[in-house]
Amino acid sequence: MDAGVDLKPFQIAYQTYGTLNAAKSNAILLCHALTGDQHVANVHPITGKPGWWEVMVGPGKPIDTDRYFVIASNVVGGCMGTTGPASTNPATGRAWSIDLPLVTIRDMVRAQAMLIDHLGIETLFAVIGGSMGGMQVLQWAASYPERVFTAMPIATAAKHSSQNIAFHEVGRQSVMADPEWRGGRYLDAGVSPTKGLAVARMAAHITYLSEEALQRKFGRKLQGRDAPTFSFDADFQIENYLRYQGNSFVDRFDANSYLYVTRACDYFDLAEDYGGSLAAAFKGSKTRFCVVSFDSDWLYPTSASRAIVHALNAAAASVSFVEIDTDRGHDAFLLNVPEFIATTRGFLEAAARARGIPMPSGKGG
Amino acid sequence: MAETGARTAVMLSQTARIDLLVVADMVAPKTRVLDVGCGDGTLLRLLAEERGVDARGIELSQSGVNDCVAKGLSVIQGDADADLADYPDDAFDYVILSQTLQATRRPRQVLEHMLRIGHHAIVSFPNFGHWRIRAQIAVQGRMPVTKSLSASWYETPNIHFCTIRDFIGLVDEIGAKTERSIALDRQGRPLSFSAPWWVLNLIGDQAVFELSRKK
Repeated sequence: MDAGVDLKPFQIAYQTYGTLNAAKSNAILLCHALTGDQHVANVHPITGKPGWWEVMVGPGKPIDTDRYFVIASNVVGGCMGTTGPASTNPATGRAWSIDLPLVTIRDMVRAQAMLIDHLGIETLFAVIGGSMGGMQVLQWAASYPERVFTAMPIATAAKHSSQNIAFHEVGRQSVMADPEWRGGRYLDAGVSPTKGLAVARMAAHITYLSEEALQRKFGRKLQGRDAPTFSFDADFQIENYLRYQGNSFVDRFDANSYLYVTRACDYFDLAEDYGGSLAAAFKGSKTRFCVVSFDSDWLYPTSASRAIVHALNAAAASVSFVEIDTDRGHDAFLLNVPEFIATTRGFLEAAARARGIPMPSGKGG
Repeated sequence: MAETGARTAVMLSQTARIDLLVVADMVAPKTRVLDVGCGDGTLLRLLAEERGVDARGIELSQSGVNDCVAKGLSVIQGDADADLADYPDDAFDYVILSQTLQATRRPRQVLEHMLRIGHHAIVSFPNFGHWRIRAQIAVQGRMPVTKSLSASWYETPNIHFCTIRDFIGLVDEIGAKTERSIALDRQGRPLSFSAPWWVLNLIGDQAVFELSRKK
């Protein structure tokens, strides 16, 4: 690990869809965002909701599970089966809690590479991910260029901005201010800082939307009443919506994990590892990149994607860049945005032709 | 697969604008090319499939970029005026600006960047010195609307028109060398006879120039 210690043994939870072909040339690794997990295209075992990228992944969809072998793993530091702060520390027999060494994006990618080794795959056809997943994509392309045929970093940045860190700090402080956090040792006490975590989620959720989309969806509409109650109840629909988002989040996510994954993003600065030059991270790369941003994303704005594109240009890498016009903010990459879906489909199909991955049988060719 | 490839190439040559074929002809095979304002990628695809060129593009419109990316071309959404500055020196053999110069805000800077980024610059543009245009202004007193300049003055993306003679003046001013120059007729076919520039400036509907840096 970047923290200078070996994390062993560790466990990694993953999910696969589709079939690995004989040439092992059709594997796609999907990297999840901050609070995502490996349940990309199946019903989530805890929430009972559809997978987070069912709009994009499945038979006949752009990430076509009839054609590609799709792998989605849970990141180190997470809480859905991969070693994280809620896992047992073999040295103490108790939960790691905040004794777990800090995890970096590079550590997450190292663990994924070990998983890919384990699956016997030399070169991934594609590594795709949005937000924190996009950081992993960039790290993959920099650390293992020869193992990544195509890379799609979506709605992401090569380093966290001061504003990004600021929002994450608000979330962490909210968790740590909850008396039930108990210095991080809440699992030993059998409690959980759900209130703090819910507030962290509420604040973060605002950053995932755009002002325009919020206004369109909620405006100043009242929830289940005709007039304000003159109290601090959730009078407005937006209040009700955020409370719901916060409360449902605590059912599926561990508070300490939230601290670890937000910290991993904050520490991410790919250029720093290459003498301050982002282009140096991609020097000589043969990977085909497709960078995507959304014009209403103010958390990871188009300028952050452009910085990546400029570096790839300077490294003479093969790069496509699309800014998608939508009012749905950062979360647009998870939603049904037809232009984004069409771009992904076209880019992957052309790349599959270049790599000689046949169309699934019965679909012509 | 090979058959499909050949068929695509033939279809491309039949449907591609003749002026694009003239531009493509100036590009040596197996080189690195950046097409600025690449539209739906017709020229890039022609170069990639028929000449084995490592083709890249910049395009302003999202629909154009989406078309290109779906075809497997490496295209960046962006604008010639802003984005050429980000490319390193000598990154390409050719930088092409096809029917886009007149839509840039700073044609001079764009040309200078092209010659910095590429060893050669190929520029095609509508000739505002054509006699029909002169006649429309002289007789009707209105901004011309022709086949290659089909939008009215208030909705055209073109903001910096020039004549062949103007362009030669700009090439001199930035200290570039004209390697080749061809005037095209209204169908986009090269004018096959040689004539002094003032004649071509009158009868050429478009022009294609290949430039290089002066040694």
